[in-house]
Amino acid sequence: MSDALTTPRSFQEIILRLQAYWASKGCAVLQPYDMEVGAGTFHPATTLRSLGSKPWAAAYVQPSRRPTDGRYGENPNRLQHYYQYQVIIKPSPPDLQALYLGSLAAIGIDLRLHDIRFVEDDWESPTLGAWGLGWEVWCDGMEVSQFTYFQQVGGHDCKPVSGELTYGLERLAMYVMGVDHVMEMPFNDPDSPTPMKYGDIFRQTEEEYSRHNFDGASTEMLFQHFKDAEAECERLLAFDPVDPKNGKRIIMVHPAYDQTIKASHLFNLLDARGVISVTERQAYIGRVRALAKKCADAFRMTDAGQDTVG
Amino acid sequence: MADLLIELFSEEIPARMQTRAREDLKKLMTDGLVEAGLTYASAGAFSTPRRLVLSVDGLTAESRSVREERKGPSVSAPAQAVEGFLRSTGLTLDQLERRADKKGETYYAVVEKPGRAAAVIVAEVLETTIRSFPWPKSMRWGAGTLRWVRPLQGIICLLTDETGAHVVPMSVDGIEAGNVTEGHRFMGNGRFTVSGFDDYVVKLKRAKVVLDTAEREAAIWQGAQNLAFAAGMEVVADPGLLAEVAGLVEWPVPLMGRIAPTFLDLPPEVLQTSMKEHQKFFSVRNPKTGRIEGFVTVANIEAADGGEVILKGNQKVLAARLSDAKFFWENDLRVAKAGMGEWAEGLKAVSFHNKLGSQADRIDRIAALAREIAPLVGSDPADAERAARLAKLDLRSAMVGEFPELQGVMGRYYALEAGEKASVADAARDHWRPKGESDSVPSEPVSVAVALADKIDTLTGFWAIDEKPTGSKDPFALRRAALGVVRLVLGNGVRALSLKVILKSLVIRFKSSHNRFFDYSASREFDPAVHTEILSGKTRTDVSEYFLLRNVDANAAHWIDIWAERFDWRGSSTSIKPPESLEVWADQGLFTGPEEASKTFSAVCDFIERNDELQEFFKGTLGPDGHGKVGESLNSHLTGISADLLAFFHDRLKVTLRDQGVSHDIIDACLAMPGNDDLTLLVKRATALSETLRTEDGANLLQGFKRANNILSQAEAKDGVEYSFGAELKFAETEEERALFAALDKAEAAIGPAMKAEDFGTAMAAMAALRGPIDAFFTAVQVNSDNGVVRRNRLNLLHRIRAICSGVADLTRIEG
Repeated sequence: MSDALTTPRSFQEIILRLQAYWASKGCAVLQPYDMEVGAGTFHPATTLRSLGSKPWAAAYVQPSRRPTDGRYGENPNRLQHYYQYQVIIKPSPPDLQALYLGSLAAIGIDLRLHDIRFVEDDWESPTLGAWGLGWEVWCDGMEVSQFTYFQQVGGHDCKPVSGELTYGLERLAMYVMGVDHVMEMPFNDPDSPTPMKYGDIFRQTEEEYSRHNFDGASTEMLFQHFKDAEAECERLLAFDPVDPKNGKRIIMVHPAYDQTIKASHLFNLLDARGVISVTERQAYIGRVRALAKKCADAFRMTDAGQDTVG
Repeated sequence: MADLLIELFSEEIPARMQTRAREDLKKLMTDGLVEAGLTYASAGAFSTPRRLVLSVDGLTAESRSVREERKGPSVSAPAQAVEGFLRSTGLTLDQLERRADKKGETYYAVVEKPGRAAAVIVAEVLETTIRSFPWPKSMRWGAGTLRWVRPLQGIICLLTDETGAHVVPMSVDGIEAGNVTEGHRFMGNGRFTVSGFDDYVVKLKRAKVVLDTAEREAAIWQGAQNLAFAAGMEVVADPGLLAEVAGLVEWPVPLMGRIAPTFLDLPPEVLQTSMKEHQKFFSVRNPKTGRIEGFVTVANIEAADGGEVILKGNQKVLAARLSDAKFFWENDLRVAKAGMGEWAEGLKAVSFHNKLGSQADRIDRIAALAREIAPLVGSDPADAERAARLAKLDLRSAMVGEFPELQGVMGRYYALEAGEKASVADAARDHWRPKGESDSVPSEPVSVAVALADKIDTLTGFWAIDEKPTGSKDPFALRRAALGVVRLVLGNGVRALSLKVILKSLVIRFKSSHNRFFDYSASREFDPAVHTEILSGKTRTDVSEYFLLRNVDANAAHWIDIWAERFDWRGSSTSIKPPESLEVWADQGLFTGPEEASKTFSAVCDFIERNDELQEFFKGTLGPDGHGKVGESLNSHLTGISADLLAFFHDRLKVTLRDQGVSHDIIDACLAMPGNDDLTLLVKRATALSETLRTEDGANLLQGFKRANNILSQAEAKDGVEYSFGAELKFAETEEERALFAALDKAEAAIGPAMKAEDFGTAMAAMAALRGPIDAFFTAVQVNSDNGVVRRNRLNLLHRIRAICSGVADLTRIEG
């Protein structure tokens, strides 16, 4: 912690340092989940793997989408597509706070020069039927991470408890590197032959998706896809656990959970299109939560989600 | 004697929970120690974000030994009885004592319970305290089962006496108590051992932790003020924020920064709210300009660079926040200067409640009602209506979207920008009040009118759809709204705000619902044939859905329910027989076509509008056009709701008065009197009665009255008559009797005019003055005389006592 590391010079260097740090602490460094999600928590490595008693430790970058946050690439720190860095360790180790602070030092934050604070923030995901207690972590008054001890996921008590860390990568990187507008942030090494800024890669897509999210997406299609995803999730979970082809017990939890993720993202898009009223909103959230709960129930019946004895 | 030190070391405890946690730790521990037989001289509890600490001085070294004696069976009792006694005491026969008494010899069990060492008791009590600690929210962590507010990482449990410091052996879920802790997370130098509370405090400070919250608060406040003074500025006091910030740091280091000039034109409330809510900054005011121009943030670390990096970071975050606020403010100003029409339009699309229409509908109703209430509170009706139309527009502003707590405050700014007069603009801010019990009541007439209209509309609305609070469930804060009405009425001495106003509000609601329904019908080119076909064979629920599906406001469904009842269309399972039902509907003039239907209801509503005496309307018929049924069912429906709502106001009032020391039976005695919908009058009466009954005369009069009333009631029940024929002086036999006649004459003469002038104090003093003559009467006179004429006359005299007293309050309801 006391080794004063140099300040990273690019967005990707921060990611690489986090990857190296958490790998050195024993986490499996996973890759992003290949679906549209609202936050890193939706990755099955977090939602599903926080259930059951088997130890688990993973870290990964997760591209995340919040359609309503689209600002056509103009807002200095608001994006409809951004990156989260997610760490999930079960059971939560007793020195998780110290491990976390070590990761801040690893990306060049001098803990003797900055004011790091753990400020109460209880986390709840109505769509996942999940909640936990913890903090938002402040660095000089800015929220740089979310730190949560999961208590319940998909309606199931987490036993043991997982510790979850979520870093908002763009905001953290901008702060560390002293950049004022996200689009101006160096993505790769500024001295490389092809130096690229965040905006070189994402300004156009932010514009395109902002237009898509607010005006372009076909609401009729989205409504239909929502219904389809919901039905498919339930259909997959209704199969006999025993596969008649080989006599093996195979519950299709992950394929069903993919449909939950889809339904959640479709709902977010419909919300951005402004076609969901305040009262309907709750009903839609409830429908996604019902799917998440069914997946959690099913996952608890599988090998990975069971309680190991002894 | 020993001193006890306990430290429960954990990950960061939420600031808002620390005060209560200190109190709970102290109470649970000291209560437990005392209950187990220890005594102590004094105790103190402390907290920082990472530790909860208790220090107990002068704890006894062990609990007192206790000798318990139990009497057993007689020595000659059957063996089973003796065995049972042995089992229950856990002793053997030779350990029992035999004592001789009258009946022979009896077994006694004598158990000496030796005192227990303080350490043993402390360990037990501490474990219980930790396991049952009443955190508002607690959690598990790792693989353990213990619950604490955040992971509990260490326990110090140390008893110090003249022989030195001793760790109390105990553990909770694998956490062993010890005598070691650590200091500040970043500035402390590792772990250290402590030998007692004083040593602990000193070593903590060396490790950059100030244990005492009050000391941290003082340091923050002093430091903040020093920084501000040095720059010729002043810190805006905020005790709530100070307590919160003190709970966020172990080593407070205040730092002052300036707000960039580009943000200085924002309203001070916006700057303060943004800085406080998002950043937990104190606001710093420049006394020369009166503006908020700076801030104080409190860091938890003494940084090597004097806090330069920290301040710069905080400044940057603040600039980002204020840029947002400025963007909102400028956009809002544009809308405000254009008259806020955009927001009024926008509120049409915002639902207030799915059965109560949109925010725009709500505003229409409040405006109409505010106009009615205005004369009662001394406001100009036009101003009240205007204010009501503007008061909620800021709900659509970007700033209130970001900071809901600025609702009203922003409304006032925007109304002023729109060129409204000050009293109208002020109502935007003040009509929300009183927001809570500690909030004061507005007194400016326009604000009072809008505040009352707003709250009454909310209440009649939820009463009309039968969503009243039950038990602890009050999701729409209707109790607070009703208490608000009570406080507004009493605080401003508002008179004549009666059932009529409640009824008026219901009528306004009724009218607006119907107008919208018929507007809808008209807009769809209402065709009875289509309706007949659609409604054919459908249930009531289907019909409601039919209207809902067509995007008619949900009120339509509600009114269909009411009509259904009115036209004997009962139960949701009953199918409608369209020809008959529709014929009945048509007979009522409801479904012959949109124009006629609209006209019918306009007529009804206009009638209500024109007539001040609404009660009359509801009682009677509509006259020649034959819509009496409508009037009747409206009458019973709306008056039922009004009476129920009035009772709800009375309940709130009872709570308020009880807090002022007026007991519930006194209020009941006054509620039984006419005009009880005039809350101001009610309180005047109740207060006067309460004061009177506190005097000796008053208390005795009550007894006299009760005696008179009892004798009279018994005689009336027995004789089957009411003795209200008037007593005659000529039948009086004793001096005391004649004196009572004279006293009653005098009281009547005084009470009549006093009551008329609502001077309850004078009326009740006159009533209380009857105490002497009544007492003397009962001492000297036997009411139930053998002489029938004399007896009747005396009963008639008692009736006068009852009549006089009952004109003031229903004293039969007073207890004791």
